[in-house]
Amino acid sequence: MPALKVEHLAKTFPLKRPLFGAAPPGARAVRPMSFQVEAGETLGVVGESGCGKSTLARMLVGLLEPTEGTIEIEGEALGSAGPAEFGKLIQYVFQDPQGSLNPRKTIRQVMEAPLRLLHGMAKPDRDRRIAEIFASVNLREEYLDRYPHEFSGGQAQRIAIARALAASPRIIVLDEPVSALDVSVQAQVLNLLADLKTRLGLTYLFITHDLAVVEAVSDRVVVLYFGAVVEIGRAERVFASPRHPYTSLLAKSAPVVGRSLAAPEQKGTELPDPLNPPPGCAFAGRCPRATDLCRAREPELKQMGEDQLAACHHPLEH
Amino acid sequence: MSAFLTLLFRNRLAAMGAGVIAAILLLVLTTPFLPLHDPDVTATADRFMRPFAEGHPLGTDHLGRDLLSRLLHGTRLSLAVGVAAALIAAVIGSSIGMVAGYFGGRTDNVVMRGVDMLMAFPYILLALAIVAALGPGLMNALIAVAAVNVPFFARNIRGVTVGLAGREFIDAARLAGMGHARIILTELLPNVLPVIVIAMSTTVGWMILETAGLSFLGLGSQPPQADLGSMLGEARSAMISHPHTSVVPGLMIFLIVMSINLLGDGVRDALDPRLRSGALSRPRATTLVRRQGDIPPATDDLLAIQDLRTEFHIGKRNYRAVGGVSLAVRPGECLGIIGESGSGKSVTALSVMGLVASPPGVISGGAVRFLGEDLIGAPYETLRQKRGDRVAYVFQDPLSTLHPLYRVGRQLAETIRSHHVLSKAEARARAIQLLNDVRIPNAERRVDDYPHEMSGGMRQRVGIAMALANEPDVIIADEPTTALDVTVQAQILCLLDDLRRERGLAIIFITHDFGVVAQLCDRVAVMYAGGIVEEGPTQVVLDTPAHPYTKRLIACVPEPGGGRRELAAIPGLPPVLDDLPPGCAFAPRCYKAEESCRKGEVPLQGPALHAVRCLFPERAH
Ligand SMILES: Nc1ncnc2c1ncn2[C@@H]1O[C@H](COP(=O)(O)OP(=O)(O)O)[C@@H](O)[C@H]1O
Ligand code: SF4
Ligand code: SF4
Ligand SMILES: [Mg+2]
Repeated sequence: MPALKVEHLAKTFPLKRPLFGAAPPGARAVRPMSFQVEAGETLGVVGESGCGKSTLARMLVGLLEPTEGTIEIEGEALGSAGPAEFGKLIQYVFQDPQGSLNPRKTIRQVMEAPLRLLHGMAKPDRDRRIAEIFASVNLREEYLDRYPHEFSGGQAQRIAIARALAASPRIIVLDEPVSALDVSVQAQVLNLLADLKTRLGLTYLFITHDLAVVEAVSDRVVVLYFGAVVEIGRAERVFASPRHPYTSLLAKSAPVVGRSLAAPEQKGTELPDPLNPPPGCAFAGRCPRATDLCRAREPELKQMGEDQLAACHHPLEH
Repeated sequence: MSAFLTLLFRNRLAAMGAGVIAAILLLVLTTPFLPLHDPDVTATADRFMRPFAEGHPLGTDHLGRDLLSRLLHGTRLSLAVGVAAALIAAVIGSSIGMVAGYFGGRTDNVVMRGVDMLMAFPYILLALAIVAALGPGLMNALIAVAAVNVPFFARNIRGVTVGLAGREFIDAARLAGMGHARIILTELLPNVLPVIVIAMSTTVGWMILETAGLSFLGLGSQPPQADLGSMLGEARSAMISHPHTSVVPGLMIFLIVMSINLLGDGVRDALDPRLRSGALSRPRATTLVRRQGDIPPATDDLLAIQDLRTEFHIGKRNYRAVGGVSLAVRPGECLGIIGESGSGKSVTALSVMGLVASPPGVISGGAVRFLGEDLIGAPYETLRQKRGDRVAYVFQDPLSTLHPLYRVGRQLAETIRSHHVLSKAEARARAIQLLNDVRIPNAERRVDDYPHEMSGGMRQRVGIAMALANEPDVIIADEPTTALDVTVQAQILCLLDDLRRERGLAIIFITHDFGVVAQLCDRVAVMYAGGIVEEGPTQVVLDTPAHPYTKRLIACVPEPGGGRRELAAIPGLPPVLDDLPPGCAFAPRCYKAEESCRKGEVPLQGPALHAVRCLFPERAH
């Protein structure tokens, strides 16, 4: 049984109705997508800003109601239960560690909330549990009575991870958890996350725009473009031998030591407009392989080789 | 708290206001115990006695009542009513504002439309209408004054709440199982409270004045009860013949409102975080320069930073953000500065054109030379002319250079026209050309967008277009692509690379990404704790890092193609800049630190092309 199963999940944000005429169709932030994450797996989600990563993540934890589709956690459909119900099963770690902690609350108050409200623990149990969690994320207990601004980015992110763990979830959605951190600290946090996963048997959904990081931490990777899944595959294969032209563009754009600078994309290509989506493949305007077929019909996600799926009419061959 | 009070009383006017209002409060609180006449007992025989009359220090009014007694009792009442009205307005208004701001959407729309409607009335009319409906009386005046001030609080607090409600800690609270009411009370309120206090301290004076106004018109306190407004009202008919009867309450109203407002402004300023970080003076136009030691002689570089030292003086602490940095670029060259956050990259960059905020920033040594001319300590006018025209900046956050209320095309055109003579139409055409250069799709249409209508990547490209607008000789780019997507980043790096090759532009590129440095920069300087620890040709530094820090840092960066793995980390944190360890700043985290590393300052040394600040540099392999 997969830890997380998503079917036809989609989100359209309604737009303001103009003074005259019918309401516009709305901005399609996430187009119907389906995927699943096995227990104990880390699924990486990559894509550029605005491609729907955070919208997807917020739907998964119940902060945002999907327009259509279902979310199942360990075989149970979650329907439209509020974030409190979701909270016990799936938790979230935010990109900005300082921003996710209330500046006017002590770390103890932050840590107690999920224990008291989600699990109804009494004070002695809470104290014991907090001590346990703090030990597991290598934080000192004397930090508990301090305020968030007293911590560096890396420490604050550990605290945010500790808070997520306090809910004892099965799955954690990590939304760019290390993007705001320095590389030397980033590695500390990534290694901690890996360690916690094996010890606690967690399942991760790891969202990032950093290809090297996603490859280093994920089992499988989903590539999103314009609100839709364009490719899924094993982490070590997806960027090494991408089938979708967009994945290939991403891989070639990442700055890498030892590769000379080259704009992998021609100038003058057009990004799709979310309010006025193009018919057919959303990537056609930027794609060197685009044909009339691409501009007319939207490609579907198809199996391409073992463990790899891509949504493209003319996939790359390797 | 004590820091807050020190800050507050450093503002003389606020201190004076606090003194006056404290004296008044003391007086009215002790009023019942003072040996005063009964304020309401009339003695027609003694009417209109002048001040300093026997037994009546302030004289008497038209009914022979003691003015001092009436003044103190009246002040007591006026203050009580004003403060009560302020409290009621604050509680109701803030609740409305918080609910509207937190829930947003339809709730917000409906509530705020209602508030707008209330605000559309001139408020004295509204207050009059309310009192007319309820009938005259002090209680009703209080209600009216509170009611007309509710919208003010509702609007202000809503504005603050909207900003807070979108913050991640609110989402985190929902996931921790909190309901809406609990979130509003325990997550939002503590953050909004300072704003409510500020709003109250700046309005309570006016509310006292408004209550007095209603009483003056006979709609507030009813005879014989005295408040300041009714005292003024009753004295109206004798204003010419016996001016003291109106001067006494008038002066008191003036003192109260003035002192409260001065204090309120002081509180607002003291709570302002911008002031808290520095002294209570306005930021200067250029960074303060207090140079010690010799000024290094000129070189023939295009831009040379020489032994630059920049410090931040905060309270008693002295943070050495930049401790003796020397760098230089020639035309067409790209120099990378790499390091972790807080290592002093940005402060180095900002010091070049005197852009470090002062206070608390001080340039305490060294020189920055553009074509041999020392820019440090240069007059503001010289720097202003060179900013943008000869040396331009691109910042990580483009919003710091874009004005939110003007269309980007207009801002670009103005930047061009501030240094060059061009017609409006030509400037606009050039603006479109620049937007095309930085690859903004549909530039003809986008030129009329406001900054907030663009995505982050798009805004950053506008920021680069602004920097390019006057074809500068040097661009200092401070993490310009850090917030951008890789595909956009690749294009912008190519753009910068083309520019320097075609136009001989020199670039100082600040980043924390080794991949970017490797692809763009000819030379690279690695910074740690305010100093350069290694400098050399990019290829050499990346292939054979000589400083242990550089080597460990490179190892931390995951490379694509490596598959799943454990990543290298550097234990510990960078040192605090006001308490740097003696000797090598990296010693507490260095795996090969020796006793000698912790002794004297370690010099930057080695062959001219590849210098390193380490006693035991790594060997080339
Ligand atoms: N306006 C300021 N007031 C006080 N300290 C500052 C200010 N700006 C920067 N600093 C301090 O100077 C040091 C260097 O910062 P910075 O140059 O921004 O680092 P980097 O750009 O390498 O991340 C940091 O310790 C920072 O806290
Ligand atoms: S479907 Fe066509 S346009 Fe879309 S990515 Fe594939 S080849 Fe390119
Ligand atoms: S000087 Fe000593 S402590 Fe500093 S980096 Fe070199 S070996 Fe390490
Ligand atoms: Mg910086």
